[in-house]
Amino acid sequence: MKRTPIYGLMAEFDSPTDLVVAARKTYEAGYKKIDAYSPFPIEELSEAIGFHYNGVPLVVLVGGILGCLGGYLLQWWIATVSYPVNVGGRPYHSAPAFIVVTFEMTILFAVLAAVFGMLALNGLPMPYHPVFNVPRFAFATKDRFFLIVFSSDPRYSSTGTRTFLEGLKPRSISEVPS
Amino acid sequence: MDEQTHIETPRDRAPVIEPGHTFATITDKISSIVLTRPVSNGWLFGFGISFLITMILLYAIGYLFARGVGIWGVNIPVGWGFAIVNFVWWIGIGHAGTLISAILLLLRQAWRNSINRFAEAMTIFAVACAGMFPVLHLGRPWLAYWLFPYPNTMNYWPQFRSPLVWDVFAVSTYATTSILFWFIGLVPDLATLRDRAENPWAQKIYGLLAMGWRGSARHWSRYETAYLLLAGLATPLVLSVHTVVSFDFAIGIVPGWHTTIFPPYFVAGAIYSGFAMVLMLAIPIRKFYGLEDFITERHLQNSAKVMLATGLIVAYGYGIEAFMGWYSGNRYDAFLLWNRLHGPYHFWYWSLLTCNIGIPQLLWIPRMRNRPVPLFLISAVILTGMWLERFIIVVVSLHRDFLTSSWGMYYPTKWDWATFIGTLGFFTACMFLFLRLLPGISIFEMRTLLPEAEVKPE
Repeated sequence: MKRTPIYGLMAEFDSPTDLVVAARKTYEAGYKKIDAYSPFPIEELSEAIGFHYNGVPLVVLVGGILGCLGGYLLQWWIATVSYPVNVGGRPYHSAPAFIVVTFEMTILFAVLAAVFGMLALNGLPMPYHPVFNVPRFAFATKDRFFLIVFSSDPRYSSTGTRTFLEGLKPRSISEVPS
Repeated sequence: MDEQTHIETPRDRAPVIEPGHTFATITDKISSIVLTRPVSNGWLFGFGISFLITMILLYAIGYLFARGVGIWGVNIPVGWGFAIVNFVWWIGIGHAGTLISAILLLLRQAWRNSINRFAEAMTIFAVACAGMFPVLHLGRPWLAYWLFPYPNTMNYWPQFRSPLVWDVFAVSTYATTSILFWFIGLVPDLATLRDRAENPWAQKIYGLLAMGWRGSARHWSRYETAYLLLAGLATPLVLSVHTVVSFDFAIGIVPGWHTTIFPPYFVAGAIYSGFAMVLMLAIPIRKFYGLEDFITERHLQNSAKVMLATGLIVAYGYGIEAFMGWYSGNRYDAFLLWNRLHGPYHFWYWSLLTCNIGIPQLLWIPRMRNRPVPLFLISAVILTGMWLERFIIVVVSLHRDFLTSSWGMYYPTKWDWATFIGTLGFFTACMFLFLRLLPGISIFEMRTLLPEAEVKPE
């Protein structure tokens, strides 16, 4: 019989504090390929697993700048090049009148960048993921907190990592088949 | 300490969430409304009635498409009748949802967590109702896409010096942002429903919508950043939307429209009517779904205080309008004031003052801010008043402008009423469906309100 490859080892905790403490200890023990799962955002958690920078602000900034420039240039090109209309002798390039649409386009593109950029960086939508193979993981969206050490971590070993995780006093430990 | 000198301190305030809840009870209580609670007769009745009224809307729109805007009461001089009144009214209502979800998030007002979800839903449905009216008013509604800049064989482009084009951009950006903000807020809760649902179809549908959300710390970090940035973007956006709506009027030269007070006064009025709608929804929802633990007296009090404050800004706006009628020395502005107070629509102007300035002063009394029934009634009065305000601004300004020879009267027809009442039915029907199908209160944000959600220092 062929053994299913193992994706990682998962430990279950009861409270956000336990999870953050465990995540910190795991990271300090040298495991770098780890992740933690919680039913609500925990500020300290991403720091604890060594995730310090997320690319979302940059993506949003780029989106906003593109929207701003695109919105203004579109109006400038339409009003002066493609479809100039003389309204009471006002200049074709009437900058003050273009402010509103420029502003709205800045917001629109920044919002689209924030939403779709966040989803893309998170790799969502993702219909299948190995962690869902663990039946207890259904509680990760209710009231349980999980820590996983991926088998791709160089320090990972099925017995050594299990012993280490047991030392963190979790509620349960399960192997995650990939 | 006696009654008079008692000053409210944070300790005296009602809690945001009643004590005794855990992560599990919050999850079960909110998700059970969607997943396990049977369809009640009350829900069927309410949804049935609002669905029938939605059919009236469809009928009115169908007839409008067949016959044209001539079936409405609009004519020269009043070319902007109910359609624009209802547009401004509905979009104003939407603003409270964004205020609650974005501005109060930035101000770290944790109490918003229990009302932001359905307030955002309210925003989306209100914007949907609002968006219908200018399109229906176009005359040839099927050509509404001409308002957007796209390359076409006519070699035609929109006129970007016109506030009406600004409005297209403001409202469509607002609608897009509101829907995305709402949906992104729903994703972690959809994952909760996916994992709780027993019905395989429910599991599949919620699972599809949750997009494989698994609550990873990296995901939460990006999610929180994106959510905060969205709030930061939605805040100036919401202020800009009603500002641009007010530009539709203020850029024109009609007496009563051409004033610089319009943007702030419109935004305050929007939030005023929006909070009234939030209360008119929150009070029955917490009662019928037994959510008094999550939507507490604190929420009612805070909403009432916001209404009182924004209502006073609106009153200041009315005051300045009247003052400028006199101070500007412009005889048309002075006449407008006289016409409002004594002209053919004076009854509605006085009703407006009563509804928007008079009756809401009852909210100064603390007992009025705590009790659901008086608050519900005052909110209904405010919504009526704010509708009248838009009616006065649109109709009374237009019906008698510079030349007496071009004066006229505006009378709405039954089709005007059918369309307006129809949107009320559409809005309510959408709210009923929303409460049945999606979590009406944000589950994951409620979890963060519990004391055990805090990470204790080692």
